[in-house]
Amino acid sequence: MQNTNYIIEVNNVSKQFEDGKFALDNVSLSVEKGEFVTILGPSGCGKTTLLRCIAGFQVATSGDILLKGEDITQTPPHKRPVNTVFQKYALFPHLNVFDNVAFGLKLKKLNKDTIVKKVKQALKTVGMTDYEYRDVDSLSGGQQQRVAIARAIVNQPEVLLLDEPLAALDLKMRKDMQLELKEMHKKLGITFIYVTHDQEEALTLSDRIVVMNEGRIQQIGTPTDIYNEPVNCFVADFIGESNILSATMIRDRRVAFCDKEFDCIDEGFGENAPVDVVVRPEDIYIWESKSSRDSIASIEAQQEDYDPDDRIPKGNFTKWYGIVQSSIFKGVHYEMTVLTDDGYEFMVQDYHEFRPGTRVGMLVKPEDIQVMKKERYIFNYFDGEVLKNGKVRFIDAEWDVSEDQLSPFQAGDKVQVRVPFKEVDLQDHEEEGTLSGEVHFILYKGNHYNLTIRTDEGNDIYVYTKDVWDKGDRVGIVINPESILLDKKE
Amino acid sequence: MNKLATLINSRRTWAWPYVLFLVLFVVLPLVLIVVYAFTDPQGHFTLKNFIQFFNTTEAVNTFIYSLAIALLTTIICLLLGYPAAYIMAAAELKTPAVMAMLFILPMWINFLLRTIATVELFNMFGIPLGEGALLYGMCYDFLPFMIYPIYNTLQKMDKSLIEAAHDLGANGREVFTKVILPLSMPGIYSGIIMVFMPTVSTFAIAELLTRNKITLFGSLIQRAFGEGGLQMWNYGAALSLIMLIIIGLTSFFGNNEEADSRGGIL
Repeated sequence: MQNTNYIIEVNNVSKQFEDGKFALDNVSLSVEKGEFVTILGPSGCGKTTLLRCIAGFQVATSGDILLKGEDITQTPPHKRPVNTVFQKYALFPHLNVFDNVAFGLKLKKLNKDTIVKKVKQALKTVGMTDYEYRDVDSLSGGQQQRVAIARAIVNQPEVLLLDEPLAALDLKMRKDMQLELKEMHKKLGITFIYVTHDQEEALTLSDRIVVMNEGRIQQIGTPTDIYNEPVNCFVADFIGESNILSATMIRDRRVAFCDKEFDCIDEGFGENAPVDVVVRPEDIYIWESKSSRDSIASIEAQQEDYDPDDRIPKGNFTKWYGIVQSSIFKGVHYEMTVLTDDGYEFMVQDYHEFRPGTRVGMLVKPEDIQVMKKERYIFNYFDGEVLKNGKVRFIDAEWDVSEDQLSPFQAGDKVQVRVPFKEVDLQDHEEEGTLSGEVHFILYKGNHYNLTIRTDEGNDIYVYTKDVWDKGDRVGIVINPESILLDKKE
Repeated sequence: MNKLATLINSRRTWAWPYVLFLVLFVVLPLVLIVVYAFTDPQGHFTLKNFIQFFNTTEAVNTFIYSLAIALLTTIICLLLGYPAAYIMAAAELKTPAVMAMLFILPMWINFLLRTIATVELFNMFGIPLGEGALLYGMCYDFLPFMIYPIYNTLQKMDKSLIEAAHDLGANGREVFTKVILPLSMPGIYSGIIMVFMPTVSTFAIAELLTRNKITLFGSLIQRAFGEGGLQMWNYGAALSLIMLIIIGLTSFFGNNEEADSRGGIL
């Protein structure tokens, strides 16, 4: 058997639904005893499916799930020593609070005194003493959730699974319950696996966070790791506010973005490698600058900049300049957008307000620049086939292609199709496109958007555009025949 | 003009035809039944009609027999209908609506026609008519009334409750007895009422399926009004009143238990 320090081990689990879609795609995860692990992701990312596989409500298509080293992949839910707190509480409406909490204990045929003692203890833990004989329908949402938690922990499960337990509560209640859950976890010593789409909740509660998207685990790490060192754009964008920019890794510890070079602390990406960088808005230092657009090169101008509180780090940092576009008060800090001289937009958070129109300088410390590998670069790659009518079929549609690309091939040839992100055109009216689809994911890169368009057939196309689209917009997809490149398929 | 508009828009105005209808066709007949039950043909107050009923062994026996048949029909319908409703609601059928439709479909045809067809079927296969045929016919006619309310409650039940019960350690049988069954009680009660009430008072099915060999309470009432002439109307009214009280009692108990089922039957 394997290392039994892990209470739950999920090994290469996939779950395919009847329609062929993968809700989970080769997911592996180990949870230590007593840990508070949060599975975080947008709706439809597979987080609930993963939880349900651990609970036993759904059976994985492949892979296995171990509990204390024992295979439970096929074990029915009532034989697993795990309990679930459901999103909509799922309290039994025909039973009162006491009987709801006692449900599991009665099934175990414990004697009456033990049941009474344990139920009282559990209700005390969740702060619901004196509610034993109340009708569950007469309780508020928060109280029902407490009863649901009591009903689960009274069985002393090895693992407590919580499926967005606070999603239905209002903000104030949610904050209070977060703290209480954290307390309960400490007191009870039970392993918690918690599912949520709320990144703030995940950061507050967890020992470790598992970020999921599209059925795959994107990153596993402590809240600080996930926040400070996101491994890809999805994680960076999903957790917290961020400026994500396309960049080039010039060499180790030197990266270029926004037409400037910066020192950084990342290594091992190679030379002149395309990367993405993340700069958190609160990591940017900002000050009012006396420089003008033409004089920024002048060192004197920079040194004249006003810094009465000595807030700005001194040293040989790369600085860049721009004009504040907007400023919003967020309670503790101001959130400002700055348009740089080179046409990039930055979000900056600072305790000082710089009014729109103010010319500002900005810098970021090398350790606050997070460099990430670029997952895709310049081209969409598709498998295609040359057709008799002189068109090429790929992503379930037929496309016109230029003569010189087509000439080396014959009808029936299989080809590799390359389409640059920049050359995909989106139309407002879906019927104007060769293919129609939906805007699936949007990432702002300072001066352009990276869009993922999901076609109706389920293929993804990546697009660079300066136009603003919203998630879920229906679009027609057009590709200029001149920009479609064909390569021989190996 | 304005006044007229207010008058037309007022809900009270629109209620009047219904109030009139209810008074004419519900309240008035009920009052007449009570009046007739407690009077003799000359219009004097009397308890003679009730005494006559309780003194006629045959009438009392018919009454008890009718209750028994109705009860038996209800039980059979429940035993047949619950599993059917359960399968329709629980199974991940792609077309539960089609199943439900098939159960409801016979109700599109008038039940007298269906009963006559049943008689012909029995004759065709040479099965003698009688008590068995009567029960068969009653169940056949009233089964949908049992299935539908149960199917409704089961279908509306939050499926996460079943998962929660499993999660807390209940096996399939325990999930059924401790969660599904108690939660489907309201459906069962309405099913029982909807089957029991009409079967207590039916007479046409009995007459057709037993060739008048078996008399039900409904037939007694019908005969009192139909064949007995004006003299018997008072007696018939008394019988009707007794039946009304029985039916009223069933639904009263039903409602009470329905309210209880939320409190905790386990």
